[in-house]
Amino acid sequence: MDSYINIKVRVWRQAGPKAQGHFETYELKHIFQGASFLEMMDILNEQLIAERKDPIAFDHDCREGICGMCSMYVDGHPHGPDSAITTCQLHMRHFHDGQTITVEPWRSRAFPVIKDLMVDRQAYDKIMQAGGFISVNTGGVPDANAIAIPKPVADEAMDAASCIGCGACAAACKNGSAMLFVSAKVSQLALLPQGKIEAAKRAKAMIAKMDELGFGNCTNTGACAAECPKSVSLANIARLNREFICAKLKD
Amino acid sequence: MWLKDSSIGRKLVMSLSGLFLVLFLLFHGCMNLALVFSEKAYNTICSLLGANWYAIIGSLVIALFVLIHFCYAFYLTIQNLRARGNDRYAMTARQEGVQWASKNMLVLGICVIGFLVLHLANFWFKMQFAELTGIETSAFDPQDGAGLVKFMFAGNGAWSIVLCLLYLVWLAALWLHLSHGVWSALQTLGWSSLIWLKRIQVIGLILATLAVLPFVIVVVYYLGMGVGMM
Repeated sequence: MDSYINIKVRVWRQAGPKAQGHFETYELKHIFQGASFLEMMDILNEQLIAERKDPIAFDHDCREGICGMCSMYVDGHPHGPDSAITTCQLHMRHFHDGQTITVEPWRSRAFPVIKDLMVDRQAYDKIMQAGGFISVNTGGVPDANAIAIPKPVADEAMDAASCIGCGACAAACKNGSAMLFVSAKVSQLALLPQGKIEAAKRAKAMIAKMDELGFGNCTNTGACAAECPKSVSLANIARLNREFICAKLKD
Repeated sequence: MWLKDSSIGRKLVMSLSGLFLVLFLLFHGCMNLALVFSEKAYNTICSLLGANWYAIIGSLVIALFVLIHFCYAFYLTIQNLRARGNDRYAMTARQEGVQWASKNMLVLGICVIGFLVLHLANFWFKMQFAELTGIETSAFDPQDGAGLVKFMFAGNGAWSIVLCLLYLVWLAALWLHLSHGVWSALQTLGWSSLIWLKRIQVIGLILATLAVLPFVIVVVYYLGMGVGMM
């Protein structure tokens, strides 16, 4: 049964992108285990405001696991110790009375800290802009069933498309590699007939952008897939490798 | 050049050079296995692979691949360390299903290379090198490989046992390196899918074991002989 717990939260505080950061520990009393992790953070911020201190900056938006906005590296795991969820779906029942919880921002050269737990994830947007789309002329909408797509293929594309671009993969990776994200975005299109036309160009453009932004080289440790809130598979990375190598060999 | 400038290109070089070295290990291991059955057979192989032109070219190609694999490993590791950023995580945890070896490939690789130097000094220097240069580097005739191996692993008293144990540590590091390396190389080549991902991981483990097991058998065989002689 959920009950009330007293906890300590050790949070990374950093005033700005260039400022030196440090950890600060706050005590929180009487936290209901049924509360979500972000609700706990809200309570902590209210406490800080009441004490006339600067509240902790952290990203959040939909709070139902679909927008990919919340980030936070909780106790050594992106999105916390539970699996296949985002931080907003994490609940306080995963923690016990008296526990000290360590909360850090994503740490990756391509995701610089803006303030406290908030990081700049525009790098992922830039990779998408480099090729994560299909070029279609606007006009009459074609019938959805005009092109038949086998169910297993559609399913795999859909699973790849479940990536919400939160950045947990690059945050979890010891190499700071964004390959799981890029491979999911390449796969969701490369698997479908509409996306196949630009597949080679897309793989090359997105990888070039990824390398340019300073992400690391993938060594297939699998930490990304293990921490992914949407359980995107490592098999996508192999597909991206295949697409890219074939495209380069054709050049 | 995309093999140097793109991340997947660099990984492709690691993958292909690594797989080539696994093939070499399989070849080397099979030849060593002859020692267990017949010393005469092993010496015949030694004479075939001594100072012949194809053996020299083969050795140079292998050395080149080791060098490529080694240089790229450091190049990739430096880039990856830089990609992590300046601040490290205060707290890290193990993820379920993530092998320890996969996160320590450089360390394991350095172990393998370190022992390799010892290995070359102990055997290659006294066999192929001695035969090529005509310099006498040991009491054994360069053609009598079996005699040298037997002396090093079994006939040298306590030192032989220490050497055998060192080799077992080396082979364990090599196996750990390959237990991640082989499937990772296949994945980098793009040979994976939802179904094949599990399969190539198993194929990787089998290949890693096949590549290391012959060496283990030979070392254990001489370790037994050495303990018996004491």
